Amino acid sequence: MKSAQLWTQGFRAGLPIAVGYFPIAIAFGALAGSADLAWTDAVLMSVIVFAGASQFVGVSLFLAGAGAVQIITTTLFLNLRHLVMSLAINDQMRGFSPRWKNFLSFFITDETFALLTLGKGEKNIPVASPEHMGGLMIAAYLGWVSGTMVGALGAGFLPPEITTAMTAGLYGLFIGLLVPPARKSLRFGLVALFSMSINWGLGQILDQGWGIILSMILAAGLGVFLLREEK
Amino acid sequence: MNPVWIILGMALVTYLPRLLPALFLDRFQFPKWFETWLKNIPYAALGALIFPGIMTVITDQPLVGLAGGAAALVLALLDLHITLVMAGSILVVYLLQTL
Repeated sequence: MKSAQLWTQGFRAGLPIAVGYFPIAIAFGALAGSADLAWTDAVLMSVIVFAGASQFVGVSLFLAGAGAVQIITTTLFLNLRHLVMSLAINDQMRGFSPRWKNFLSFFITDETFALLTLGKGEKNIPVASPEHMGGLMIAAYLGWVSGTMVGALGAGFLPPEITTAMTAGLYGLFIGLLVPPARKSLRFGLVALFSMSINWGLGQILDQGWGIILSMILAAGLGVFLLREEK
Repeated sequence: MNPVWIILGMALVTYLPRLLPALFLDRFQFPKWFETWLKNIPYAALGALIFPGIMTVITDQPLVGLAGGAAALVLALLDLHITLVMAGSILVVYLLQTL
């Protein structure tokens, strides 16, 4: 298949994420505006950070008068989970050129990771080609950046009900990706359930950021040791 | 302090964890158990991303997020396309807020 076709195909596969990101990015842009950040700062952040949760937290901290060190360390902790996700993605990208891998790794978010590892469909084979992955990730990226621009310029206002509903939509994306393989394989279903329980338990004592990364590591590990017999 | 410096710092600490595996992974051949662990990661990640976060779609109203999740679960069990699964949870949560 031609490279242009692969890009387009990947782009199309990434559109559900773009649609989900867009209104949330508008809300982010608006929040940045209320934090007295120039619209160019808000857009710059979406362009070079591209991480929803930490951008919201970063701007909220800025608004609360936090210093640079606190904002940057919080961002680091919030994004450590991407290290584990990147490990899994890069394991699928063995054989891609280093340049491709460095480029694609920038775009790893919870949502692109989920779609790239568990997305299905006849042609949407997970990590079929670098172009497919690139198209998918850039669709998500454009949704996020363009939404930020709209929100930061005050050009579009969305009622909060819409933003809330779209947040639920991203949870819908996760559930929709998780259910089919979890149904087919007991191991994968159990790993997900382990992870939910561990994260819930850790949530009582730790910050969300730590909870998610520890749950990933522990639940995936439990899956290795407890369910060794299943091929 | 100019916010641009903070943003550059955020960009750096966001890209680093994403990039590190790309730089080093090829030098390692992992043992079997580690490969299995990596294969489990997507399921573990999605589990932790979904729960209990889904209960905070609206702060202090856990049932709204859970209802959206239940809608997605039913639609996913019916083997519908991912876009429809998303649409289901969006619609349910939207309606619960407006009706």
